[in-house]
Amino acid sequence: MIEAVISTLIGALTAMVPLVLTSVGATVSERAGVVNIGYEGILLMSAFFGAIFAEITGNPWIGLIGGAFVGMLLGMLHGFITVYLKGDHVIPGIGVNLLALGVVAFGITAYWGTAGQHQVPTNVRVAPIINTPYGSLSPMVLITIAIAILTHWVLFRTPLGLRIRAVGENPEAADALGINVERYRFLATVYGAMLAGLGGAFMSVDWLGTVTKQLSAGRGFIALANMVFSGWNPLRALLGGFIFGFFDNLSVWVRTNPEIQRIVPWQFVATLPYLVTLIIVAGIIGKVRPPKADGKPYKRE
Amino acid sequence: MRVDIKGFTKPLVESLVAIVIGILVGAIILAFSGYSPAEAYIALFNGALGSKYGLAMTLSSATPIILTALTFGIGARTGLFNIGGEGTVYFGAIMAIILTNLWGNVLMGLFGGILAGMAWMAIPAILKVLRGVNEVVSTIMLNWMAYFIALYIVLQKIPNPEDPNKTLAVPVSARFPIIMKGTELSWAFAISVIAALITYYILWHTELGYELRVSGYNEKAARYGGINPKKAIIWSFLLGGIMSGLAGATEVMGRPPSYAISQGMANIYGYGFDGIGVSLVGRNHPLGIIFSGIFFGMLRAGATSMQIEAGVPLEMVKVVQGVIVVTIAIPGLLDLLKKVVRR
Repeated sequence: MIEAVISTLIGALTAMVPLVLTSVGATVSERAGVVNIGYEGILLMSAFFGAIFAEITGNPWIGLIGGAFVGMLLGMLHGFITVYLKGDHVIPGIGVNLLALGVVAFGITAYWGTAGQHQVPTNVRVAPIINTPYGSLSPMVLITIAIAILTHWVLFRTPLGLRIRAVGENPEAADALGINVERYRFLATVYGAMLAGLGGAFMSVDWLGTVTKQLSAGRGFIALANMVFSGWNPLRALLGGFIFGFFDNLSVWVRTNPEIQRIVPWQFVATLPYLVTLIIVAGIIGKVRPPKADGKPYKRE
Repeated sequence: MRVDIKGFTKPLVESLVAIVIGILVGAIILAFSGYSPAEAYIALFNGALGSKYGLAMTLSSATPIILTALTFGIGARTGLFNIGGEGTVYFGAIMAIILTNLWGNVLMGLFGGILAGMAWMAIPAILKVLRGVNEVVSTIMLNWMAYFIALYIVLQKIPNPEDPNKTLAVPVSARFPIIMKGTELSWAFAISVIAALITYYILWHTELGYELRVSGYNEKAARYGGINPKKAIIWSFLLGGIMSGLAGATEVMGRPPSYAISQGMANIYGYGFDGIGVSLVGRNHPLGIIFSGIFFGMLRAGATSMQIEAGVPLEMVKVVQGVIVVTIAIPGLLDLLKKVVRR
């Protein structure tokens, strides 16, 4: 019994990583007023390219950094369209998600010559720092917790954080105070996408050790739901990420457990993270308030 | 009248520019991946347009994505980003198979598609109206739930006892007649065009359509004008559900040789996502969607010959589609290009 609890906790901490990184990134982006729904695609593409970087260099950490870099590039694309060209915030995100489906499905076949799935070799996967008989803990779990705490501190305790929140709440006033609204929004978007990129690479070179065209499996959107759940607060996103991570991990565990499979079809268990997301989002809407200028292009008068 | 023509040509040219950029970026990615872009595109366009067979395959491939594009387009006209077409397609196909196996005729199959589509899309509609749940998150979550639930039904409830690789087939009496022998082009194509025309009529020539469009344009103005935005939201989802449900139904009733759902739902997977691109390129306009649907159908049809003749993985066309959609998102694309060219 204790073993099951410990292994589930460790599993939840691991499954939490991409969700928390993306939620925290999305929080910074939306606090600055930029909505990005392209994280699903960012997770997928950075998982793909992260694996490639890791395999070329033989170093999983370069894979993680490479994934963050790919996320950064996609964030720059999103920021350029939404912040500088004043475009719609949702459509480029949809575009990136569709693009990722294509690039990764094509890339797996074109680069590795296998159809649909590529196994990342164990020697280029991140080595765990804590090993227990019930599962092992990746250093990325600690890094993720540190990033969430640090981002929270910057966002709410520093002048930089104040400026980021100002351009998302009241860009006109921020502008009047001499804050470069466009620059802060752009950089916040890039930071958000970079964290998602790190989370994506974590899935391929650390946690799951595989690249498939469905690897992100809705986690980009679950992370957005978690951000709403947290009320755009990185520390609460850490807690929410753990809860979502628990169901994410639970569904993977139950799916592979033959005894439970006999009672409940695995397909039903697989719907759990999505169902929980829906229920939580439906249950808390109305109680939270997004930043005032969230998703609204800012044009100087 | 001049204004009208101008208002029509600009989006058309912008869509064409996006398509050209998509094809160019696709060529760059092909070259980077070690393929010959020229060889790939020649095989693609030749396969899709070079013969009567290719044209028939293009039109049959356009059928489901015109319908799923209407789902997204109707939503967009109401100010909603309804991404739930994908999951709805599965249930449309499943219900059509079940009902045609009980009563073997085309109408029962179409009815099944419509019913399943409306029922599944009622969920995000209710969540949006009652709880204010953002439809982007809800429809994506529902897509994933639909995927697993449909997988269960396909594997456990309607498997083909004679062939483990597919589900029960739609009985012969409920299949759409083939237009051109030896191809996959059936009269199901007509259903998609008729659905687009009906959508156009509803949106621009009925009171309901007016209410939908006004709600999408400006919710406050709609409320001020005595229009109930909640009613518009519900109808937008239900009409959208009908379209994607029909996409699933026509796919199993009009696509030889299987007339069933194949293993892993491979033959009905992805139409909802493609539909988003089709709708955006068609500027969320039902008539534009017919043409962009045929263009995307061409990519789908040509992908097979590209794979066979040039050895390029057929997912390549999805890359092109993705680039097109990202490009479409760039506002004032034409003005931007003009500025760059002038320099």
